[in-house]
Amino acid sequence: MTSLLLALLVMIALALLLGAVLGFASVRFRVQGDPLVAKIDAILPQTQCGQCGHPGCRPYAEAIADGSEDINKCPPGGEDGIKKLAELLGVEFKPFAADAPQPKPRAVALIDEATCIGCTLCIQACPVDAILGSAKMMHTILASECTGCELCLAPCPVDCIRMIPVGTDLTNWKWRYPTIPIKSVKTPAEPRA
Amino acid sequence: MSRLYDFHGGIHPPENKQQSNGTPIRQLPLPPLLHIALAQSVGNAALPCVQPGQQVLKGQLIATPDGRLSVAVHAPTSGTVLAIGEHAFAHPSGLPATTITLQPDGREHWQPRQNLPHWREAAGSELRDFLQQMGVVGLGGAVFPSHLKLAAGRLQTLVVNGAECEPYITCDDRLMQERAVDIVAGIGIAAHALQAGEVLIGIEDNKPLAIAAMQTACHGSTFRVVAIPTKYPSGGAKQLIRILTGKEVPHGVRATELGVQCLNVATLYAIARAVLHGEPLLSRIVTLTGAVTHAANVEALLGSPLDWLLAQAGLPAPATEVIMGGPLMGFTVPDLAAGLSKAGNCLIVKNAAEFPPRPAAMPCIRCGDCASACPMELQPMDLFWFAKAKNFGKAQEWQLFDCIECGACSYVCPSQIPLVDYYRFAKSEIWAAERDKKAADLARRRHEFRQFRIEREKSEKAERLAARAAEQAAKLAASQPPASATLVASDDDPKKAIIAAAMARAAAQQEAKPLSESHIQALDDAKQAAIKAAMERAAARKAAAQPAAGAAADSRVAANPPPASGMDDAKQAAVEAALERSAARKAAAQPVAGAAADSSVAANPPPASGMDDAKQAAIKAAMERAAARKAAAQQANSETAANSVSASPPLASGMDDVKQAAVKAAMERAAAHKAAAQQANNETAANSVAASPPLASGMDDAKQAAIKAAMERSAARKAAAQQDQQDPT
Repeated sequence: MTSLLLALLVMIALALLLGAVLGFASVRFRVQGDPLVAKIDAILPQTQCGQCGHPGCRPYAEAIADGSEDINKCPPGGEDGIKKLAELLGVEFKPFAADAPQPKPRAVALIDEATCIGCTLCIQACPVDAILGSAKMMHTILASECTGCELCLAPCPVDCIRMIPVGTDLTNWKWRYPTIPIKSVKTPAEPRA
Repeated sequence: MSRLYDFHGGIHPPENKQQSNGTPIRQLPLPPLLHIALAQSVGNAALPCVQPGQQVLKGQLIATPDGRLSVAVHAPTSGTVLAIGEHAFAHPSGLPATTITLQPDGREHWQPRQNLPHWREAAGSELRDFLQQMGVVGLGGAVFPSHLKLAAGRLQTLVVNGAECEPYITCDDRLMQERAVDIVAGIGIAAHALQAGEVLIGIEDNKPLAIAAMQTACHGSTFRVVAIPTKYPSGGAKQLIRILTGKEVPHGVRATELGVQCLNVATLYAIARAVLHGEPLLSRIVTLTGAVTHAANVEALLGSPLDWLLAQAGLPAPATEVIMGGPLMGFTVPDLAAGLSKAGNCLIVKNAAEFPPRPAAMPCIRCGDCASACPMELQPMDLFWFAKAKNFGKAQEWQLFDCIECGACSYVCPSQIPLVDYYRFAKSEIWAAERDKKAADLARRRHEFRQFRIEREKSEKAERLAARAAEQAAKLAASQPPASATLVASDDDPKKAIIAAAMARAAAQQEAKPLSESHIQALDDAKQAAIKAAMERAAARKAAAQPAAGAAADSRVAANPPPASGMDDAKQAAVEAALERSAARKAAAQPVAGAAADSSVAANPPPASGMDDAKQAAIKAAMERAAARKAAAQQANSETAANSVSASPPLASGMDDVKQAAVKAAMERAAAHKAAAQQANNETAANSVAASPPLASGMDDAKQAAIKAAMERSAARKAAAQQDQQDPT
């Protein structure tokens, strides 16, 4: 009987001790914010284009993290981005929905400076402050900062913004995947009986 | 003789050097044109500093370095700059590069040469800047700017690379045989700049003449010429350092951190010519070999067209493929119109006997031959596997970036797999991913800062307003303690009137808010603010001036901006038109329950005071056009109602013609309204936005026309988008 009580007491004491340690650790080593959101946000391309239906990449990352949004809503991230998200979250790869916006080649906005009336609407729309200009003055886009989100196209009252696809030059040229050239093989004519 | 070390792996391909190493370096005549690309080194392309049509002297600077990792480019001969633009470039991509095209005048007029006679006393930075301005780069093929390689100091060993291990290439061999004295002078300069303790000159033992010439030239100095066994790739910097010093350069460590630096003999020759003779890098020795009739080394001006160069060596058939660089590390030149670059050490014309087409790749049998051939002691078959599967993270873990792309693995592969192509593919994909990552990080930072900025501005504005309100309240209390704010409205004190107006506006705003909840959600803040501002302005104007004639319309928004005084009339009109259209678009986007409403926005441009006839004519024409368009829209969408935005003409101010115009416009407007009201009975709504073009006064016609067209286009696009929304089929 005493041994039973002793065992019980030891177990209770242990439980209390470990509980105290865990409680202390959970307060002392608390992780600020959700690390998963930061990880998802790091995968997203940061175009801040809102094509996913969220006002920016971070809100979308938060929506993915709490499970309320699919991982296939980011066209600028491409299929590669979906693959990375699927890998991170341990879920199945999911292709883009057929009726959703599809990925397209990266482009940079360009303002036709002769047509620009200096209304500043595009400046207010740009999520990364990549447009320079002031009221009634010509505006221009910093090509190096432009993410190609196309958010400046809709507000322009005179339609003077175009998207210019980013071409390949010597600085961003890539070696192609080695392919095996396909040759036509001539089958010898069947000898006729 | 100190002991030599061996490096892992390596291969012994047929040397094929005897075709071109027997004849002295040939001087070539001037080519008809020179195409000097601006990207002559690793790093940034140089920035051109000449104009097309400009006369330049030999050795004159034609492009300045752009940043630290870049070198200057000079005119290889005197002549005229014909063009600066895109031209074919010797690069595996086949992409063009910015190129200066120079037409030689045949006179070879030098500009005054400035050497650096006091290089022994000169500070290290002075010598480095001098070399950068002289355009000296590594001529072994990697074209790394030399001034950066001389930045290290207090070296134990300077390794001079005369190994020239790749088959076919003999340019360094001939250079050492013929110009050993200059090379040794260059070694002296580099050894002095690097404060090198010892200098080892490594030359493969298949070049006995070069070894002898270098030994003669080094006689009396402390530089030691070392014959090393012939094995590819002993000319790789890390391999040569291993052979001569026994030091292995670990992953992620630079050779200079181990007290060793490696420089090519041709580079040292260029350093000597620059420092001692003031000659910038204008030419280089090129081996022309393979299927040519007179294989030889030639001294060619930079920018000489490659097809012209090959013609000098006797090109039998022009349509053959040409390799630039060696057969193992070089690439097939996509366009022979390109000019010779500083990297072009060898041109090999392919022939079927020596360069049979590579058989189709077979599956990897994991024989491990590539691993035993790899001079960097990597696992090429695993790297191949990861690169093929696009598993780049894993490839990096297996030290893909230590691969020097020497091609030994591809050479020994029994399955004929183009292994190096896979590594290059993987490397460029990883670089591209890093670029994207950098761009994403930049975008994230900028986006976060923007959000922070907006928040900050909001709070600052709130603070400012609060401070002002408090100040005014204090003033008010001091001047008229008993009066309440609502009673002040009838007072004639202007200050109080302003306060009252502001309060009334605020009240109106608060009242207006609940009405347009869905509206607010749909809009973004900036636009909404703009519309509100316009509405407030209109209301204030209405209260101040006589009421507008439009009693018929129920949801009419009249925007009466202040008359333009200092501002350009036309620009103002354009901005107004833009704002109104945006307001109209918003109004139209807002779903209206039941039948469609007739929401017409009447825009009253600034009252014209001193208008000339031309302007009036323009207005009239615009109005007629608007009317015509409206009629057309009505006909086209007979089943749909039109939310039309009509633009009213400027207010008449005394002049007869203007009055007439106004009357006409009013009539037209009335007609349009009636038509619109009739259409409103129908169930579905379409929105045709007819905008009046801005009035031209100070602006030039072309710009005005462009803006007009753009606005019309925009309106049409928006109307189409709305119709699409409403009519999903």
